[in-house]
Amino acid sequence: MEYQTHDHDVLVIGAGGAGLRAAIEASAGGVSVGLVCKSLLGKAHTVMAEGGIAAALANVDDRDSWQVHFADTMRGGQYVNNWRMAELHAKEAPDRVRELEAWGAMFDRTKDGRILQRNFGGHRYPRLAHVGDRTGLEMIRTLQDHGIHQGIEVHMECTIVQLLVDDGRVVGAFGYERERGRFKLFRARALVLATGGIGRAFKITSNSWEYTGDGHTLAYDAGADLMDMEFVQFHPTGMIWPPSVRGILVTEGVRGEGGVLRNAAGRRFMFDDIPDNYRAQTADNEEEGWRYTQGDKTARRPPELLTRDHVSRCIVREIKEGRGSPHGGVFLDISWIKERLPHAAEHIKKKLPSMYHQFKQLADIDITREPMEVGPTTHYVMGGVRVDAETQMSTVPGLFAAGECAAGINGANRLGGNSLSDLLVFGKRAGEFAAAFARQAPKGAIDDREVDRAATEALAPFERGAGGEGPYQVQYALQELMQNMVGIVRNDADMRRALDCLEQFRERARRVGVGGHREYNPGWHAALDLHSLLTVSEAVTRSAIERRESRGGHFREDYPDKDPQFGAFNLIVRKTRDGGMEVSRAPIPPMRDELKTIIETIK
Amino acid sequence: MATSATFRVWRGERNDGRFADFRTDVTEGMVVLDAVHQIQAEQANDLAVRWNCKAGKCGSCSAEVNGHPRLMCMTRLNQLDLTVPVTIEPMRTFPHLRDLVTDVSWNFAAKKSIKPFKPVPANGDGTWRMAQVDAERVQEFRKCIECFLCQDVCHVLREHRMFDQFVGPRHLVYAAALEMNPIDAESRARDLKARHGIGFCNITKCCTKVCPEDIAITDNAAIPLKERVIDQLYDPVAKLFRVLSNHRASPS
Repeated sequence: MEYQTHDHDVLVIGAGGAGLRAAIEASAGGVSVGLVCKSLLGKAHTVMAEGGIAAALANVDDRDSWQVHFADTMRGGQYVNNWRMAELHAKEAPDRVRELEAWGAMFDRTKDGRILQRNFGGHRYPRLAHVGDRTGLEMIRTLQDHGIHQGIEVHMECTIVQLLVDDGRVVGAFGYERERGRFKLFRARALVLATGGIGRAFKITSNSWEYTGDGHTLAYDAGADLMDMEFVQFHPTGMIWPPSVRGILVTEGVRGEGGVLRNAAGRRFMFDDIPDNYRAQTADNEEEGWRYTQGDKTARRPPELLTRDHVSRCIVREIKEGRGSPHGGVFLDISWIKERLPHAAEHIKKKLPSMYHQFKQLADIDITREPMEVGPTTHYVMGGVRVDAETQMSTVPGLFAAGECAAGINGANRLGGNSLSDLLVFGKRAGEFAAAFARQAPKGAIDDREVDRAATEALAPFERGAGGEGPYQVQYALQELMQNMVGIVRNDADMRRALDCLEQFRERARRVGVGGHREYNPGWHAALDLHSLLTVSEAVTRSAIERRESRGGHFREDYPDKDPQFGAFNLIVRKTRDGGMEVSRAPIPPMRDELKTIIETIK
Repeated sequence: MATSATFRVWRGERNDGRFADFRTDVTEGMVVLDAVHQIQAEQANDLAVRWNCKAGKCGSCSAEVNGHPRLMCMTRLNQLDLTVPVTIEPMRTFPHLRDLVTDVSWNFAAKKSIKPFKPVPANGDGTWRMAQVDAERVQEFRKCIECFLCQDVCHVLREHRMFDQFVGPRHLVYAAALEMNPIDAESRARDLKARHGIGFCNITKCCTKVCPEDIAITDNAAIPLKERVIDQLYDPVAKLFRVLSNHRASPS
């Protein structure tokens, strides 16, 4: 068969923060760059990020430094992070933020005109550079507006379905463009995956439709290792009412600005359960917590700003024990600050404009006057493609990964704000080293039969026609299953049943049929996304069964405690020769003494 | 609220289209995009619609609902009269692709024609200082989610089809964000006049009315840019000064 073919030295798949940053850097490395977007340019999930970019600029509190940021990240990740990535991230994030400003980003300012930083969960000092509560939009627009002038060739509304491998090295990718439904063949010397997360494998999620684990699956199918797939982050505060908005994110910034969590009895339940390793840095009374949110450097942070995994579990406990709000969540209240601040309503609208707008428009709630109802929502996957810390290359030569689809920096739980900085720091590194790889790599050979096979497989749903199994029905069943069986609270029996169900869904996916033709056909796209959703769901489930302890985002009711033995390794998922999925353990290399000292000193 | 409603959805390819009626259940809190998704999942798998975040942040699901340019994800059904069919059409200003999807690629090309940000030299420490009040003026424009509803409703584009002469309100907002950035060193006045057709904007404020981000497009972006063009290119005293200084600088 004939396909529209594109040649690039470096092909970047995914055009959110990480993909754009990688493409810009690769282009600066003097190679030709192609950038594939699943949607239109500038619409990727990065636009949804609200709170800010974590970077130890020390503009607001000069006690901050890369060392404190590093220690915070490791503590948040429960020490199974790739410590070298956490170190590079903490050291390089400030430069990456300043670079954004040089490219036109317009951050909120301090009184002396520098980049303003705000408090966030798990960060010891105010560290998040931000623009109100729409920092992600600012970041992606800045990268987009800069990127379009860097000679990058952009392929919009294009989905990659398979990577092409030659002699163990990645040499290209095969996909389709939505508009006409035509296939595209990309030849490249190096590839960067920056496809984001897997949130669409769950029913309640803050993620957009694109988040189907494509990069995870492409890498896995190409023979690369995945790592930490059991660690999925359930953000504590998603909207829960009305039903159609369930899962939409309510930024942690609400709590950073003084918002508090209460149960149906009006109690601030977060004070009831403060983990030992955070006790020293957490306020023990409401007054101190309030002072912290207002910038008092002598105060410790309120328990609402503990890490996301912990806050989510406390909320689930309140709901389970019958102290939830009318629609099955808890109350998040920012309106109470009117007791403390003059012009509180104006203040809230200024600091949290999107939240005000979102609740007013979608839920008829005025957050300056009444509390919001919130509950946990699937938000982020810490797990992803296993990469080398310095270069971001996966275990397959020529294949790089950055951002949410890569693993390592976040360990068992990600701190809010560390995602945007991760995208920038490791997006840049991936672009830089992919370009370097491409400069010395010869063009690989594309196996035409492999490409034809991929094309035939992609068209199979049309052969079965509209009479086949409905793609959306399989997707909904899978989301329901993962939500209920492999969600916030897990146990062995449920997850083993989930594996059986996933096998049945795979059967159903093989029978999925779609009607109509190939041009902009969402039914067809939903059918093609199923393979990725099934693959990442299986990887999450198998890893979660294997980790018989509770740590970070992974909570087992049958093993509710942290087990130091399990803190010594990461779980690796790999495709075996016969196509099965294998889970193995990879010991965490010993940390450099200098870094150990930092962690021990910064308690 | 009614338990079901009729949605009259535009279907077809490249202007060869017609309305098709779908009846579907309506539950509390639903938005137009929910109804479209429900129809897609249950009755028409191949119903084409562009969307991403479903939270009013990405600006993908622009359409004309009962004739009004709206984001489908932010249009609540309880704000519409459900006793009559709700019409949902693609944005009519852009070339039609399929069902509710249009070809908006012209917007990306138009943006690229505007000179990018060029910062003034940084302070000694490699950073810039600016006041929050100056940042805010620009931040209003940077709220833009590029939904292109302002472009859809702008009569210069919609009725007069002047795509090759006028960049449209979205890109006036983009240019304004650059021009008013306190650390930008570029000048875009000449381009705004000659290439980007700012003179065609006759400030009818249709764009402002449909902006889902409530950006005061006409008052805060278009008019100040027009003034800037006039100041820089038409002020007689400045012009005289320029002529004289040019005369000295370049004898040609």
